[in-house]
Amino acid sequence: MIQDVVNLINHVQGAYVRCIDNGQLEAWPDFFEENCTYKITTADNYAQGLEAGVIFANSRGMLRDRVASLREANIYERHVYRHFLGQPWILAEDSADVSSETSFFVARIMRGGATDVYATGRYLDVYRLNGGAPKIRERIVVCDSSRFDTLLALPL
Amino acid sequence: MLDQIIHSKSEPGHIWPSESLTRVPYWIFQDRDTYVAEQKLIFQGPSWNYLCLSVELKNTGDFITTFVGDTSVIVARDSDGELYAFENRCAHRGALIALEQRGNTKDFSCVYHAWTYDRQGNLRGVAFKDGIKGKGGMPASFCMEEHNPRKLRLAEAFGIVFGSFSNDVPPLEEHLGEEIYSRIGRVMNGRTPVVLGRFTQALPNNWKLYMENVKDSYHASILHLFFTTFELNRLSQTGGIIVDPSGGHHISFSAIEPDAAKDNEYAEQDIRSDSEFKLADPSLLQSFKEFPDNVTLQILSVFPTFVLQQIQNAIAVRQVVPRGTGRTDLHWTLLGFAEDTPEQRLVRLKQANLVGPAGYISMEDGCVGGFVQRGIAGASGEQAVIEMGGADTDSSESRVTEASVRGFWKAYRARMGM
Repeated sequence: MIQDVVNLINHVQGAYVRCIDNGQLEAWPDFFEENCTYKITTADNYAQGLEAGVIFANSRGMLRDRVASLREANIYERHVYRHFLGQPWILAEDSADVSSETSFFVARIMRGGATDVYATGRYLDVYRLNGGAPKIRERIVVCDSSRFDTLLALPL
Repeated sequence: MLDQIIHSKSEPGHIWPSESLTRVPYWIFQDRDTYVAEQKLIFQGPSWNYLCLSVELKNTGDFITTFVGDTSVIVARDSDGELYAFENRCAHRGALIALEQRGNTKDFSCVYHAWTYDRQGNLRGVAFKDGIKGKGGMPASFCMEEHNPRKLRLAEAFGIVFGSFSNDVPPLEEHLGEEIYSRIGRVMNGRTPVVLGRFTQALPNNWKLYMENVKDSYHASILHLFFTTFELNRLSQTGGIIVDPSGGHHISFSAIEPDAAKDNEYAEQDIRSDSEFKLADPSLLQSFKEFPDNVTLQILSVFPTFVLQQIQNAIAVRQVVPRGTGRTDLHWTLLGFAEDTPEQRLVRLKQANLVGPAGYISMEDGCVGGFVQRGIAGASGEQAVIEMGGADTDSSESRVTEASVRGFWKAYRARMGM
């Protein structure tokens, strides 16, 4: 049973990072439930229970606004991410929801060709299973470091 | 000393090009000797440097480590209830005394040779001071009282703690002046601040380029297109720039006119109907009235490297830490207040999206300094043109001015003897 869930989460997460890394940001909010939480924070803030995120959204609409702003308003140098994910570790599951934790490693490739380690950390997730088509109800992106190089434009 | 540093340069480009404040030579952002001189004359000179918030050190023994320029500094609360600050540098061989960013301790002990310090920065113990079995040890003439890390003067403004290595800098309130001081008080407003989050944004540029950016009200509506793209800022606004007499401190503010505020709701409807882009979830900008005035934006800076920000209900302290000629760390501390209702707290969490490394209206500031730093590479003899709004550093009702940028250079040159 656990293996089925791991496979399912793996599959969804593979699609999620592929969406971002291939630049299809408009599809990114669709990985979330309408009522969802998406937050990027740091290990220090998370450990101290500090609430604010570098990004904080509590609706899919806010995620759509993020993408719209990146596309139409915000100015930043062109770059892409390459996500590498570990295996999801199932923290809890019942018939409706799965909580999992997954390590990530994100390289950032700048317009000029520089490739750097941009962020490492873990996704702390709650998936709503929706009968085999899981969507994210909550994703807390806990970055190991408190330092963000230059800016954080693309989602993690 | 400084004259030697500046004028011993063989390159003519290292002499300030004119008396006018409207030209800034690019070598000022590149030159290593200038960076070294800044540490001595500005950061360790007659400045009040932001250290922390008083509320971060509530209990006896609480400490934090922070920076004044390059210098690592410990701030600690002792059993008398007072805060003390001293260099994070062992008086023995110079190692860091405290390695953690924050904690609680009875005393500080250097890991290298276990020299120990009390919470006021006094040397209290030297391991094997009297040797072992009568052999070795420090000479009898060694006096612990003469070997302390340098201590800082401390002063607080409305719960914000500043420190200075200088005995010559006037008291904080006098140094800031009434206009700046009272507008720090306006934001803090007698409340108990609560830290909502901390982040560091690593900027690929000289620290002065970030401070210029903070003081530059001219760029805001041009570089930052979030509000204009979503047509969220159409209400007629008043505002202005206040530059203190030294030039070093400034306030940029804007306010909704009371009549426009009355029509707020109608106006927002109008905006949504004819804007090409609209927010799917406009709750991001649903503010609550936090201050008795109508000021929705107040950016305040204290020379050299402190910023206090109010953008609607997004309150934050920014500390600018130089990391070499071409690198800067920007430490964000996002604030709420103990008096916040849960609904108000949620508004602050949402509006935090406006600022920080991923901020809708601040992420550009993280890269634009780097664009300058890269743009001026190889052009150390060239100069920036800072003439918008004239050549002076006067306060004005227009924000289409670079008066407070010129003010920064006025204060900088006075301090650097340039």
